[in-house]
Formats: sequence, C-alpha cells, structure tokens
Amino acid sequence: MMITLRVNGTKLQADVGMDTPLLWVLRDHLRLTGTKFGCGAGLCGACTVLIDGKPHRSCITPVKDVQGKSITTIEGIPENHPLIQAWLAEEVSQCGYCQPGQIISAVALLAQTPKPNDTDIDRAMTGNLCRCGTYGRIRRAIHVASANKTSKRGKQP
Amino acid sequence: MTRRQFIKTGAMIGGGLVLACHLPFGRRDSEAASEEVFAPNAFLRIGRDNSVTVIVNKSEMGQGVYTSLPMLVAEELCCDWKKVKFRPSPVAPEYNHAQFGPIMVTGGSSSVRSEWERLSLAGAAAREMLVTAAAQAWQVDPSLCRAENGIVISPSGARLSFGALADKAALLPVPKQPKLKSAKKNLLGTPAKRLDSPAKVNGSAIFGIDVHEPGMLTAVIARPPVFGGKVAHFNADTAKAHPGVRAVVAVEAGIAVAADDFWQALKGRDLLEITWDEGKWAGISTPLMHEQYAHLATTTGLIARKDGDAPTVLAKSHERVEAVFTVPYLAHATMEPLNCFVDLKSDSCLIRTGSQFQTVDRAAAARITGLKPEQITFETTFLGGGFGRRACTGSDFVSEAVQVAKAVGQPIKVIRTREDDMRAGYYRPMWYDRVEACLDKKGYPLAWHHRIVGQSIIAGTPFESAMVKEGIDNTSVEGASDTPYDIPNLQIELHSPANGVPVLWWRSVGHSHTAFVMESLLDDLAHKAGKDPYQYRRTLLAKHPRNLKVLQTAAEKSGWGKPLPKGRGRGIAVHESFGSFVAQVAEVSLDKKGGIKVHRVVCAVDCGRIVNPDTIKAQMESGIIFGLSAALYGAITLQNGRVEQGNYDSYPLVRMAAAPKIEVHIVASNEAPGGVGEPGVPPIAPAVANALFALSGTRVRTLPMTPEAIKTAMKK
Repeated sequence: MMITLRVNGTKLQADVGMDTPLLWVLRDHLRLTGTKFGCGAGLCGACTVLIDGKPHRSCITPVKDVQGKSITTIEGIPENHPLIQAWLAEEVSQCGYCQPGQIISAVALLAQTPKPNDTDIDRAMTGNLCRCGTYGRIRRAIHVASANKTSKRGKQP
Repeated sequence: MTRRQFIKTGAMIGGGLVLACHLPFGRRDSEAASEEVFAPNAFLRIGRDNSVTVIVNKSEMGQGVYTSLPMLVAEELCCDWKKVKFRPSPVAPEYNHAQFGPIMVTGGSSSVRSEWERLSLAGAAAREMLVTAAAQAWQVDPSLCRAENGIVISPSGARLSFGALADKAALLPVPKQPKLKSAKKNLLGTPAKRLDSPAKVNGSAIFGIDVHEPGMLTAVIARPPVFGGKVAHFNADTAKAHPGVRAVVAVEAGIAVAADDFWQALKGRDLLEITWDEGKWAGISTPLMHEQYAHLATTTGLIARKDGDAPTVLAKSHERVEAVFTVPYLAHATMEPLNCFVDLKSDSCLIRTGSQFQTVDRAAAARITGLKPEQITFETTFLGGGFGRRACTGSDFVSEAVQVAKAVGQPIKVIRTREDDMRAGYYRPMWYDRVEACLDKKGYPLAWHHRIVGQSIIAGTPFESAMVKEGIDNTSVEGASDTPYDIPNLQIELHSPANGVPVLWWRSVGHSHTAFVMESLLDDLAHKAGKDPYQYRRTLLAKHPRNLKVLQTAAEKSGWGKPLPKGRGRGIAVHESFGSFVAQVAEVSLDKKGGIKVHRVVCAVDCGRIVNPDTIKAQMESGIIFGLSAALYGAITLQNGRVEQGNYDSYPLVRMAAAPKIEVHIVASNEAPGGVGEPGVPPIAPAVANALFALSGTRVRTLPMTPEAIKTAMKK
C-alpha cells in the first residue's frame, strides 16, 4: 500500500504493508538510517523518534498508526540545537549507535521539562540503552543543554 | 559512478618498511581525493587545500581510534589539527597489525600501543619532505627551517603552507630514517575532540546495518535452536509467497529468506516450516556443565604456573581457605546487531561491514567464493560496538552473508535480529575457579592453589598453533598466572573442557574472570588476617610501583578509610591488563529488593604515555559500566541446548538510573603506552563484591550478583 508520512516537515511516500513498523519504513524505504534497530521489542530505545512531539519506539509502532502525524527523526534535529551542541561539547559519543535515540529522548524531555533534575533524567532516559556506558556524559550534556537553552531565553527581551 | 579509483604510489614507508601501495579512494571523499597530491606513505595524504587525511587501519568501535591514531601522525607532522580528517583503510598488507603478524585486526587494546612508532615515523617523514620542499624553493638549508601548524617557516620568516608544498614534496625521496621531534608535545596529552562525533550526533554515520546499494536484498536467517544443529528438511512455499520475498536458500547457518526489505524478510522467515536435526549438543545445559566443571576442578589440570609447592604447603596447613568462584557465559550484546553486506560478482566481491578482523573475514569469504583474497574488496564501516564480537575466529557473520549472496545471486545485506544475535553465539566462556589458600604467620598468603575450568576460546581455531602452548591457552589464565602478588607457593592449573558452545574474546578476555577471583579472594584473606584490604594489597605489591601508584591514587581520591553514610560499603580492587594498571574503589548500598546499588566509582589508571586523555577517561567509564552490567545482571544460560535469553529483557544491561557517578584519575607516567579499551573492565566486579562484603559481611563468589545470589550467599 502506498502511504504518505510527514517526516521532518516533508511529505514522503512509501509502498509498504500497513503492519510494517515505522522503523523499517524510515530505514529501508525513506533511507533515513539515523534511526537505529537495536532490539525490535521496545527495550533499547535506539529507534526512538518523535511522533507529534512525543517519544515513541518506532520498532514497535506500525506505520498505519502514524499516517497524518508529524514524525521527527535525528535527521530533523537542527545542528544548532542545544542538545546536539551539548553532545559535542561533552564528547558523549563512543560507538555512537544508540546516540540518535538518546538525543531524541532528550529532546522530548527538554520540551516537557526545560530544567530537568537527575530524577527527571533517570525517568526520561531509562528506556535508552548504551552498551558503551556513556550515561554520565549523557546526563551532563542534558544539564548543559538545559542551562544553555534557559540562559538564551533569559537574554531575550 | 566508478566505485573505486586507484592511484599507485611508489615509495611507501611503514615503520621503516618500504612498501608498494594501491591506494583506494572511497566515494565519499572523491572530491577531496583529487586534491590529495602528497601521499608519502600508506597512512597519510596531504591536499593542495591543506587538508591532512590520516588513513586509519583500525576499526572505530567507540574506543576513539579515528581520533587517537590521527593525533599520532599529526603530532609529528606539525600540521594544523583543524585540517585533519580520518579515512578507514582498505585491507592491504601495509595496514596489517604492527605486532600481531600478517593480519588486519583491531583488538587486544593494542591500537595506540602498536601504531605509536609507525604513525609517528609516518608523520615525521612527511614533515621532513615538506620542509625540504620549502627549503629548496627558498634555496636555504632545510635544517634552518621549521614546520608549525601546517606551515613551513624559513629562517627569515617566509612561510609556505603544506598545501602549497604538497606537489613539490610528492616528488622528493621518502626519508628512510626520519627524526622524531623533541619531547615537547603539542597534541599528545591534551584532550582533543573526537573527529567522528559530528557524524554520530546527526544520524549520518554509516554503520554496517545502514549500508544500502541499488538492487540489494535484505536477508534474515532461520537458525537451528541448538549449537551444531542442521536443517533436516524444510518447506518454504508459504514463505516464498509472502509479499517482497525474493529467495529462500539453505546455507550453513540455516535457511535464509531474502526480501526487498527487512520486515518482509522477517515475516517470510516466520512462515518457514523447518525440521531440525539438533545434533549432539541438544542435551547440554549450564547446570550440567557446572557439575562437570566442579568435578574437573577436583582433579589436577595442566600447570600454567608453579612457584614453590602450594599443594604440599596447603596439605600441612591447619587453616586453609577454600573458595569456589563461578561466572556465566556472557553475550557481547553490541547495540548494533551483527550484519554484513555482500555484493558478489563472478570475478570480484565487495564486502562492507563493521569488522574487527578484516583479513580473517576476507580469507573466509575467499574460501566460500573461490576468489582470491585480493579480488575481494573489504570496506570497514563504523562498528556499533565491538567488544571482541566482531573479531570472530569463525568469521560467522561475514561467512553467512557471503553464502547467502552466493546462493541468491544478488547483492545482499544479512541482518541478525537481537534474538538471532544473542542466541547464535559467540560468548565469553563460563568459568569455574576453585582456590585453596593459606596464610603465613603475619597473615599474608603463603600458598595459593588455583584450578581454572572453562573452554578455550582459541582451541580449534586457526590461531591454536600460535596461541595455545603445551595445552595452555594463555587467555584462559591471564590475570592469574601472571599475578603480581608476592605469593611464595603459587600453583595455577587449567582444565579446558570442550562443548558445543561457541566462545570468543569478550572485552578484557581472561581478565574478566581472573580479576574477580584474585581480587575477591585477596580481599577475603585480608579480612581473615584482620588487615585493611587496601593496606594488605600495598604490602603484597611492594615491588610493583605502577600497581601501587594506581591503588594509592584510587584509595586517596575515594576517601578510603573515611566514614561513609550509614548503609554504604566501600570496596577496592586493582588489576593489570593489556599493559595498563587500573584500580577502582566502588561505593555500594543494598536496595529494598536486596539488589546492589553502586553509587560511586573512583578509578585510577596508569596507561603509560598518553594520546587523548578524554578518550582514556571515556574508556574507563565505558569499561566500568560494561563490567557492571556483567557483575550485576549478565548471564547466558542453556537448557536442553537452547539459550534461554534473547533480548534486553532477559539479558539486562545497566541503564541510566543504575549508572554510578564515575571519577577517573589518570596517573602521569612516562612508561610505554598501554591499552585503554579493556583494562577498565576487570576491577569493577571484585570492587563491588568487596564493597558488598564490607557493607554486609556477605561474600558473593558467583556472578552476576543478583538479589537471589546475594540471598544465597548470606545463608552460607
């Protein structure tokens, strides 16, 4: 079936079965391979995308459920986003495979809670595994991004 | 578009070797490549645009080689670090490991250690050529000119950039014995930003699983439920009728379903009807193996080390300590499931994947295809974690993809699901250690008789003749047989039973179990002697200043001996591996469910001369979390030949909330460089076990330290 999706602000079409998880439509059909396959069961968070601003595991989200909704993948996060900048500043990435999913979860967290404390971070990020163990740096990067976002806003008249 | 452009250059240097080199330029860099006019050796290209491209012969799996190896070249080249780029090397003899023989491999925490000299010389040689080119242009003595930040400066202050000199330098002879700079370092020892970070935060980094080529199919393989199983017969009629499924083929690993996309292949696989011949390992189970190992540990094994006469001394002792340690099989569980892309043609083959073992994988592909290894192009992508799994002695994930490509006749990407990845092997072996020890009158170890039981990861592989000596696979006993502790009567024995479970090196290899045994029992003996475990170790390591220094640093920085909040315990461990020395102090408490919560880990590392201090810290942090997942949760178990775990619900890893605060202290050292990828792993399990003992008086000698394991140990 031909389906139409709104991904990163652009309307895109793919010819797939309606039960196909969004992850594989993104990766195999739309070639947006920044969203990763890790577990296929919503256990690792590598496939996290935003659907209407909320984080979802695209590996267990049938594509039929997201037609007409706004999907944001890592490719849709601007380079100057405070989280991207903080990820670079704190040198978070090691192998890097889980980081797109981590960043998307963090984007959702800051949208909801602009100044998260450590408990907020634990709660929002617990679904994202990192086998390289970059958790301490992810936590720091979220705090840094949160501070930068707040201070920039503070400067605005 | 042409896939590859070959440029042949004549004079090449690698560690003083002059080599001929075919230099492939990957497509993504083709524009820059045309400007790369100065190619003084296999590892370096300098362009007219002042770009410096370092060709890296090690796989980037998170450990930072795409940054640390370029830093080694750039330090001696005296270029502008901001102009430095990395490019993965092809598979060719000049990119073989500088110490491990004719093989391209990333492993053994050896990248910086083994490449330091060769890459330093490569950078120095290029610098001398650029300086000579400038001196000739100015008609001055080259020894009066200097290179700095990508520019050659004449005695009178005239300046020429590396880019402007690249064409001329390319015509000069390559110095056979380039001189290294003075001791002063500009880059080495200063934190540098990883060159691969930008691509890893915007989704553009290409891992093996992301490879896509026109006409490519994606395949998944239905695999036997037990190791060594084979297909008896199968029916693929309904699978073949599933939309998108293009081929179903039998290969060594099982039945492969190839389809237009992954999901179709997976759905097609669900429709296969397969009867398996389960073979001779269908009855194995880890409890049965445990019994077998326990029995073996009561019998004499092959002697891996013998000082004095431990059995006789122990026989006379009235106060023997007997201890049994067990650790389970462990999966590497890289975040990126194993995968491999293969495009096989009649006279050539392209393999693109994340491998740590390119030469071995390519040789396996050659055997399957009948091509010569040189006819096979092997391109290395980013690795979504390695930890040893992608240096497979059996080349499993590459071989199966080549077989599928051969059978299907189209470009293929084989992907393992998480369950495929976790159940099809390979694993860190299960180990059973039995130790008897006794103390001298002062309370220090007088005798230590240690039997180690577990599979050899090397036996039965092509590396057996080189790596197993008189029946002893050193990777089974490392960390015990070479213990620095001063024990006058020390005997280490080894049993290497064989069974059908595929085993492999797993981040820190033998040290992952021996450090747990040595450092846990040492702690016990200290307590038995009524001594502080830190001071006890200091006495026993008196002749080992590097072990001593990291031990002391970790103790001091952690506040060893100072009171802790109620309900917390502190444990210490120190271990040498891969040429580096690491000590860790863990602070733990018990949660309401009886599980261990690790609050803080203080780590001290001496890895000799350093390249990128931030990478060293990152690798220690990484090793600690990796080791903690194993210490607290990790176990692969078998029942009726079947692996009982399949995904991250049954094989949990440390998550954000369980990750302790980690402080890493690098001990300044001018010793030879050591590894950093693995040495952070071994001390954490014993540090946590020792902290639990300090907290509760309970000694856990079984990993993982689950609430159940702790409860069982408390009853003893």
